[in-house]
Amino acid sequence: MVWYILRRLLQVIPVFFGATLLIYFMVFALPGDPIAALAGDRGLNPAVADALRVRYHLDQPFIVQYLIFVGGIFVGDFGTAFSGQPVSEILAATFPVTLRLALLAVAIEAVAGIFIGLVSGLRKGKLFDSSALVVSLILISVPIFVTAFVAQYIFGIRLGIARTTVGIGAPWEDLILPAFVLATVSFAYIVRLTRASVIENLNEDFVRTATAKGLSRRRVIRVHILRNSMIPVVTYIGTDFGLLMVGATVTEGIFNVPGVGRTLYQAIIRSEAPTVVSFVTVMVIIYLVANLLVDVLYGFLDPRIRYVK
Amino acid sequence: MTETIPTTPPGTRTVNATPLLDIRDLHVGFVTQKGVVPAVNGISLTIMPGETVAIVGESGSGKSTTAHAIIDLLPGTGKVTSGQILFDGVDLATTSDKAFDDIRGNLIGFVPQDPMSNLNPVWNIGFQVAETLVANGRAKKGKDAKAKSIAVLKEAGLADAESRLRQYPHQFSGGMKQRVLIGIGLSSHPKLLIADEPTSALDVTVQRVILDHLATLTGDQGTAVLFITHDLGLAAERAEKLVVMYKGKIVESGPSAELLSNPQHPYTKRLVAAAPSLASRRIQATDRGLSEMHVAPLAGAEDVDLIASAEARAEKLMGVSSAAPAIIVEGLTKVFQINTGKLRSEPFTAVDAVSFSIPRGTTTALVGESGSGKSTVARLILKLETATSGSITVAGKDIGSVRGRELLALRRQMQPVFQDPFGSLDPLYNIGATIAEPLVAHGVGTRKEQQARVRELLDQVALPVSLVDRYPNELSGGQRQRIAIARALALKPEIVVLDEAVSALDVLVQAQILALLTELQTELGLTYLFITHDLAVVRLVADNVCVMRKGQIVEAATTDEVFDHPREEYTRELLAAIPGSGIQLGV
Repeated sequence: MVWYILRRLLQVIPVFFGATLLIYFMVFALPGDPIAALAGDRGLNPAVADALRVRYHLDQPFIVQYLIFVGGIFVGDFGTAFSGQPVSEILAATFPVTLRLALLAVAIEAVAGIFIGLVSGLRKGKLFDSSALVVSLILISVPIFVTAFVAQYIFGIRLGIARTTVGIGAPWEDLILPAFVLATVSFAYIVRLTRASVIENLNEDFVRTATAKGLSRRRVIRVHILRNSMIPVVTYIGTDFGLLMVGATVTEGIFNVPGVGRTLYQAIIRSEAPTVVSFVTVMVIIYLVANLLVDVLYGFLDPRIRYVK
Repeated sequence: MTETIPTTPPGTRTVNATPLLDIRDLHVGFVTQKGVVPAVNGISLTIMPGETVAIVGESGSGKSTTAHAIIDLLPGTGKVTSGQILFDGVDLATTSDKAFDDIRGNLIGFVPQDPMSNLNPVWNIGFQVAETLVANGRAKKGKDAKAKSIAVLKEAGLADAESRLRQYPHQFSGGMKQRVLIGIGLSSHPKLLIADEPTSALDVTVQRVILDHLATLTGDQGTAVLFITHDLGLAAERAEKLVVMYKGKIVESGPSAELLSNPQHPYTKRLVAAAPSLASRRIQATDRGLSEMHVAPLAGAEDVDLIASAEARAEKLMGVSSAAPAIIVEGLTKVFQINTGKLRSEPFTAVDAVSFSIPRGTTTALVGESGSGKSTVARLILKLETATSGSITVAGKDIGSVRGRELLALRRQMQPVFQDPFGSLDPLYNIGATIAEPLVAHGVGTRKEQQARVRELLDQVALPVSLVDRYPNELSGGQRQRIAIARALALKPEIVVLDEAVSALDVLVQAQILALLTELQTELGLTYLFITHDLAVVRLVADNVCVMRKGQIVEAATTDEVFDHPREEYTRELLAAIPGSGIQLGV
């Protein structure tokens, strides 16, 4: 197992450098002079502009700039935003909020999705299964901002049991409604995925053998069907967690959540290049870590992956 | 046609007079949209305590369905429609699901067919044995279960059980997995063990060891065994009583020796005639010339006399012995890099300095157990893999450096037929398109000519032309294998490489395909490289035999020499492992 994780960690290294290089190059290649843009309409004293260029290493060739940037990341320096605030501070303020939102959403979708998917799979073609199919298809096809507004209207305005926007400091109770909305789409996918996986495993020979061994139906389902069915589902949930962590821009916008998605969106609108590059870089790292976790979990769930290759 | 098995014949072990299992007029059907499709039509049979009874039949005969009905594990929509299954006086057909938890595993053990798919890949072996013991009240959770699991596995023949407890199924070979499954099946000392084709997925030598072991264990514990198999020779060797099933009915039953030496029902006669294990044995069992042998002449186009065809090929061989070789293999070696886990890999020699040649128009069989490297040799000859060293000459041309256009020409000369008729046909292509595909790929002829060729090929493999528009899933295994052969013949090759081409088929179908291959060889002058693990089949079709073990050819000679005077100990072992080799036949 240790070797497996080590090997996967080694694989992260080239992906990290490849991805950051690409992002950095894309921002570098954007037309326009960032210093001129910083000064706006008034123009800048050429001496000051040159000084700024030297300070931000803009006079160096591309690869040197990139190496300085990457070197900074390793010591926790992500550069400075136009507001003068270090990007690392902005990151520290927004990521915990998004992390909590993502955790809540994943918890909701995993628990509900796996349970309903399992029951659907075991009762294939029955009323429960057909109803779950209809509901999940509706949830998949309705755009998330519609779900968000409907949820705001029903729970926030009509029933008054939740706040429609997230308050200062983003307390857990305020995050429940946006997490619920975020969870809906993935919930539907998890139901479908679990159901298909359960049905496949129900027909496996080892499930029949497990019954023939004298195990109770309960144990056969819990030990031999559910665990095996979890392998593709865990992969999906892990990837989904990575996606949520890098910001649910639309939902964060609607519920006014001070998280990564909303902040990045605003930075893009204002063309704040350092913030964008730093945020995207952090997102890449988080996504890599999430994927690594999925792979480790995958190896834990399926010994064939742990031992072979 | 229904008949009850006569009471236990004299000489068998009898504990008491009441049967342990008494199946009375059992009907099993599958519920479909068009109503109930019957699978078992009123069978009756009895098993006495401690007795071994074998149900023999081809796939679709209802033998597995019967076994599954006993322990209420019918797949999908299957259900018992009428009849009784009395086990120790209790009717299992009306037992509730809950009560069955106490019967399955505890009183009736089950050993499934395919060891590869019957252990859960995500749990270790110890866990899967221990949970059985705990569920049946044979051990307490924890240390007790662990200690008893080790005992169970040791008894099942896994000497190093302690150290392997934490290993996973994929780290076990097929034979070891089957030992684990047998251990699980017998762990609660059941009164009855149902063994559903327990060794059909294993090599013959492994099969023999495992069945011997199973016989010892069940003998010691006094367990009755219901043995399900398609191999008549195996059944006769292992069971006291035989029950022959055909299309959901029992056509004949009785003591094994009697039934084999004097089969009454035409279907049983055909089975006896077709079983390669028995047929090859019969050739060996006699010193007389092949022509003098008496094999009941059988009516009907489906009936195949394998002995007659073996005789014909022996005569033919006299004429071709001087012909130029179609394939010459010299010093062929293939080394794979095997990943050993910790960032390292080590070389593994799959094929080790193999040399042989195949005279034009003859059949050479490459025999060996799984892992012997025989399939790798086939892949090397087909140029699906590149050799590490050595040379392969096909029709006078060294194929080592062949590329592009020349490679295409080589592929036209040499075509493969693979083992699994289910996996090697694309389910989305209809039969016509499947057979025509090589013609299209190599740009042979116009569309019209291709269609004409497809019809000609279907005719050659004795299939109706009406199949062109059908799809593979509508055909039987035997029909599919005929399609695969037709596709291989489409480009008029000189050489056909048959990689376990009949191993997945029922005996009767196997016999038909073997006969077809022999006919096609005579008709088209084909050269066959026949790769198989089944020596019994080799006797019937091959002119020369190369026995492979651990990547090397240990013995190479004509078929008669190998069978009559095997030089190597390993060859003798393989021959002795052919099921039914100990049976006296009435020839």
